[in-house]
Amino acid sequence: MGPLFAKQRYLLDFALSCLWRRRGKNLALLTVYTLVVFAVASVMFFTQALKREAALVLGATPELLVQKLTLGRHDLIPADYTHRIREIRGVGQVTGRLWGYYYDPQVRANYTVLAPQGVEVPERTVLVGAGIARVRHLTRGATLTFQGYDGKPYSFQVRGVLSPESELLSADLILMSAADLRRLFGLPEGLYTDLTVAVANPREVSTVAAKIQELYPDTRPIVREEIRRTYEAAFDWRAGILLAVLSGALLAFLIFAWDKAAGLSAEERREIGLLKALGWDTAEVLQLKFWEGAVVSLTAFFLGTVGACLHVFVAPAPLFAPVIKGWSILYPRFRLTPFISLFDLGILFFFTVVPYTVATIVPVWRAASMDPDQVMRS
Amino acid sequence: MRKSTLFFTFLAAAVLALGLVLAEARVRMRGELPHLRQEVRVVQTLGLTDLCLATEARHTRHPSQADWHSAFQSHPGALDHFPSGSVLLPPERVLKGYGAPLR
Repeated sequence: MGPLFAKQRYLLDFALSCLWRRRGKNLALLTVYTLVVFAVASVMFFTQALKREAALVLGATPELLVQKLTLGRHDLIPADYTHRIREIRGVGQVTGRLWGYYYDPQVRANYTVLAPQGVEVPERTVLVGAGIARVRHLTRGATLTFQGYDGKPYSFQVRGVLSPESELLSADLILMSAADLRRLFGLPEGLYTDLTVAVANPREVSTVAAKIQELYPDTRPIVREEIRRTYEAAFDWRAGILLAVLSGALLAFLIFAWDKAAGLSAEERREIGLLKALGWDTAEVLQLKFWEGAVVSLTAFFLGTVGACLHVFVAPAPLFAPVIKGWSILYPRFRLTPFISLFDLGILFFFTVVPYTVATIVPVWRAASMDPDQVMRS
Repeated sequence: MRKSTLFFTFLAAAVLALGLVLAEARVRMRGELPHLRQEVRVVQTLGLTDLCLATEARHTRHPSQADWHSAFQSHPGALDHFPSGSVLLPPERVLKGYGAPLR
């Protein structure tokens, strides 16, 4: 063991003794600090996991969608639009999609009703999402009745429940045939909710979108990249209410940090004065205070980060779920794939440990560079 | 026992715990691949566009598809009154305007 290491170890021993002497204050500080790291890390892990899962999964969405707008609102699009869009160079298949919402007053939940192209659903039957099955206690063979646009009841036999594995996408889905959907909502033939446009060359998607807009100025083309970016922005961990909810804890921590940065307590000043009077030089006092700061911040970082990992990926995020789900009755029970990178941890470390350690050093440096007599008297 | 030894032991245990959590996350991520593939298949087959995160309003159920005014649709001058509207930001196009190029 080299003399440098031995010296630092003695300094660490002394720093731990100093911390223990003021254990009440330091434990309070450690608790707040740990909670702040826990909260920030939880938000970070939660949003990163959602963002990456969204980016992976939504990479398979239709590459171009076309909606019709009337009075700034989403309107039904006539099937005629498909013909001229199909004539645009580079456009492949143009398909009309049928989907909408149904409010179920029984459980006060909104369902997404969809007539899928890729799955054949026989008439008078439905496939339901796992969330709906849970809320309505539905199993295969059960009957589900909806009130149609004309006030009449329309009954459907539940043909199956969609896999709970994909609940993040399908919790509120009801799949039915196009004919049933048109009957239930009184939707005439020749009208669709929106159109999907297949474009052979991915680099031409934005050009095709611009051409469609030129051809039909009352439409709004939505490209896949926009969908991806929508989710990226929506889950951006710096944004949203989660951090606003956490602002109380962040403020409390800022007050602590400010308290540290703005000045030392009389006891701490006396301690620095005594050390200097005993022959410690400024560098040694700074090293001692660095170790004090490092012990507190490293302990808070590790406790907070491990706690956040357990909270988001094992628990899964019970503290955030109520904030995200709002008034939704059909909140999906999804489990997040844990995407944690060393880069994320590095950022977290940098933004939680470094500022605190620096904030503790600066006032100490000011006090330690003064004359011991002057420090103790001030 | 010296206090520094205790602290180093704690630090080693904390690093080990974090390492274990990260290793477990990596193992679980591999295990989740079939689950992710299934989700991709669902999106492809059904032509879905959005995650089912909040079902209370159409601009939070389908943020990428809802028209720009759906959050304020109730009456002229209406404010978004759905709690999940505060969590899910509007699409970038809404914030930047349709003519603006995306980053």
